[in-house]
Amino acid sequence: MGSDVFEITVNVIKMLIIFLLMVQLVPILVWVERRGSAFIQNRFGPNRVGPLGLTQLLADAVKFLFKEEFVPPKSHALLYYAAPVLALIPGAIAFGGIPLSMPIDIQPFQMFGSEWGPYTFKFQSYDLDIGILFILAISSLGAYALLLAGWGSNNKYSLFGALRASAQMISYELAMGLSLVGMLMLYQTLNFSNMVELQKGPLHFMFFGKEILIPFLPNWGIFYQPLGFILFATAAFAETNRLPFDLPEAEGELVAGYHTEYGGLKMLLFYIGEYGHMMVASAVMVTFYFGGYELPFSLSDSLTGAVRGAFSSVNLGNVMAALVIHVVMLLKILFFLWVFIWVRWTLPRFRYDQLMDLGWKTMLPWSLANVLATAYLILMAGSAV
Amino acid sequence: MILPILVLALMVGTFGTLLVYVASLLGPKKKKTVAKYMPYECGLPGQETKKTNVSIRFYLTAILFIMFDIEILFLYPWAVAYRDFVDAGQGAFMFWELFVFIGLFVFGLLWEIKAKALDWE
Repeated sequence: MGSDVFEITVNVIKMLIIFLLMVQLVPILVWVERRGSAFIQNRFGPNRVGPLGLTQLLADAVKFLFKEEFVPPKSHALLYYAAPVLALIPGAIAFGGIPLSMPIDIQPFQMFGSEWGPYTFKFQSYDLDIGILFILAISSLGAYALLLAGWGSNNKYSLFGALRASAQMISYELAMGLSLVGMLMLYQTLNFSNMVELQKGPLHFMFFGKEILIPFLPNWGIFYQPLGFILFATAAFAETNRLPFDLPEAEGELVAGYHTEYGGLKMLLFYIGEYGHMMVASAVMVTFYFGGYELPFSLSDSLTGAVRGAFSSVNLGNVMAALVIHVVMLLKILFFLWVFIWVRWTLPRFRYDQLMDLGWKTMLPWSLANVLATAYLILMAGSAV
Repeated sequence: MILPILVLALMVGTFGTLLVYVASLLGPKKKKTVAKYMPYECGLPGQETKKTNVSIRFYLTAILFIMFDIEILFLYPWAVAYRDFVDAGQGAFMFWELFVFIGLFVFGLLWEIKAKALDWE
C-alpha cells in the first residue's frame, strides 16, 4: 500500500473516493433510467422536484432513510440483514481494481518542514497483476447476496427469484469467462493497465509477416474480437440481472423476486449493488474493447500536454491531467450504462427455458468457437496487437 | 496485495451496516398488525410451509457449472502464454493441445444436451 504516512493516507482516501464515486453515480443513474424510460415511452418522467427533476434523487434518499423498519417475523433475521450489505461489497471491491485514469507522478515536495516523495499514485484502489481474473471472481460473489436475500426472507417469491438469479448468473459466467480468452491471447496479460497501454495508437498488426496499418481506426480490442465483445456484452446483461434477462425479478411472475420483502434503505442497497455491477461490467468492456481511459490516436497526449501547460506547478498539472483523462473514462462508462438502460426499454423479457438455452446451447459453443478460431488465426497469421 | 482489498471490504461493509442501522433508528415506529407481517402472497391468506420443493434442475445446473468453470479457468494461463509459444515456434503443439482440450469440453457439452440435462420443461 505504501511506504510512508503520506502515501498510505492518500491511498486510503483514494479508495474511499472511488467507492463514493460509485455510490454517487447510482442516484444519477436512477434519474437517467427514469427520465430515459419516460423519453423512450413518450412520457415526462419525474420533472417536478428541482430543475429537470434532478433533486428528486435527494428527496428519494431522504424518504428511504425515514421508512419504517420492517423485518418479516418468519425470516432468518441475520441473513435478512446481511444480504443487502453483502450485495454492496462485491461490486465495490471489483470496481476498485479497474484503472480509471492514468497514474499520477508526484515530484518531491516540501510539507510540514520535511521532504516528501517522489511518488506514483495509480488512479485505482489497487493494481492487481491478475486484474480480470480478480474482477470475474469477485463479481460472481454477488450471487451469494441474492441467494441469502431469497433464503432469509422466507417468502416463496423471494426464494424462486434467488434460485433463478443464481442459476442464471452461473450459467452466463461460463460464456463470459470464455469470451475474454480470445482477447487475452492477443494481450498476453491479465493486468488492465498493460491492456490500456497496448491499445494506444492507430490500428496496426502483423499479418502473414506484413505490417498492416489502418490510420483512421484506433488500436482498440473491438476491432480484433467483435464476436467476443458481443458475447461478453450479452453475458454482462445476464450477470447484472438486467432486461432482457431480468427473470430473477420478473414482476409479472415473481412480484419483485429476491427483494420482495425488502423496503426502504435495504432495498436501496440492493440497487447500489446492481448498479455497481453494471458499472464494473461497463468499465471492463471499456478497458478490454474500447481503449480504457485513453482517447483514440494520440489525442490523450495532446490533451494532457495542454492541461499540464496551463498550470505552473508540475504536481498540480499532473493531478489535473489525470482528472481530465478520468472524465474521458467516465464518459465511456456512462455511454455503456446508457446502453444498459436503452436495451431495457427496447427488448422484451426472455422465457426461463429460452434464457438457459441461450446461455448453454448458443453462447457457450459460440465462445468456444471464438477461442479456437482466434488461436488458429494467431498460429497461421501471427496477428498481434 | 490483499490488505487494501480487505480494507476496502471493511469500509464498504461498515458503510452498509451503518446505513441500515441509522435507517432502523430514524423510521417511524408503528403498530405491528398480523396482516402487515404476513409473508407477501397475492392477496390470499398465506399458506407458507417450512419446506419448499425446489426443482432438481437448479442443483444440476450448479454441478455442471463447477465442472465447466474449472475447465475455463485452465484456459486463462494457456491464453496468456500462447503467443510466447507461437513466437518460439512451438505454436502448433500448443494449438493441438487446445484442440484436444476443447474437444473434450464439447464432448461433455454434447453428452449433456443428449442426456437432456440442460432442458427446462
